[in-house]
Amino acid sequence: MRIPCPICGTRDRREFYYQGAAELLHRPAPDAGDAAWDDYLHNRDNPCGETRDLWFHEAGCGAWLVVTRNTATHEVMGAELAEKVAS
Amino acid sequence: MANLVALSPCAGLLPQTIGAVTIAEVEPGRITAILPFKGQQKAVAETLKTALGVGFPAPGRSEAKAGARMVWVGKGEALLMGADCPDLPGAAFVDQSDAWCVVEIAGEAAEDVLARLVPVDLRAAVFKRGHTVKSLLGHMTASITRTGANAFQIMVFRSMAETLVEELTHAAKGVAARG
Ligand SMILES: [Zn+2]
Repeated sequence: MRIPCPICGTRDRREFYYQGAAELLHRPAPDAGDAAWDDYLHNRDNPCGETRDLWFHEAGCGAWLVVTRNTATHEVMGAELAEKVAS
Repeated sequence: MANLVALSPCAGLLPQTIGAVTIAEVEPGRITAILPFKGQQKAVAETLKTALGVGFPAPGRSEAKAGARMVWVGKGEALLMGADCPDLPGAAFVDQSDAWCVVEIAGEAAEDVLARLVPVDLRAAVFKRGHTVKSLLGHMTASITRTGANAFQIMVFRSMAETLVEELTHAAKGVAARG
């Protein structure tokens, strides 16, 4: 598995650290209420197919990436800087 | 008063010549990590250019001029080597001279040795003089820069010096054994 880092180019999976679903970038407002925060903290989809998750280019440039990939085919469709997705 | 003796990270371990490569420690001089603040990279590059003749390198690149070298080592971060850092109001900059172990691997088999350790294509056709990568060497994060036709500079954290020498010499012996 290779991940196309927007800064470094396509790199081996072993250079990256996996964090989890990219939903982590969409933090609710502090006063959004218990239900929204419970959902944000604990509930994750477990898709068969396309998914977006956060990877850290730990042994490379040090950027956080949002990687789009397919859990059924293992295809990696792309990666973008998390700072651009979040802003 | 104790009489302290300064030791380099690879003291007693290098140099070694194995087959068609020589692995030697490099005395890098002063090393300063430079991290420009948001929106300040251009101004920082201009200050460096005026003072030392080297700018702030693009990702995957290094620049050298009269003993001073700037090596890209990460997103928004580069190391200035071999020169004192000028005052940079637009950046965080910190002396890391004693934090790094710097080694040169040179010789005909240098590419073959690194191919056993680094998961990035370092062949001359795609990785030219002045190109640099931050990647893995074995299990260590490392900064690798091509400094010549058959020469690379490798940097790891100082605490990893012995592991670096072990990895490089082990791989070099393997390459040499193939003849
Ligand atoms: Zn990267």
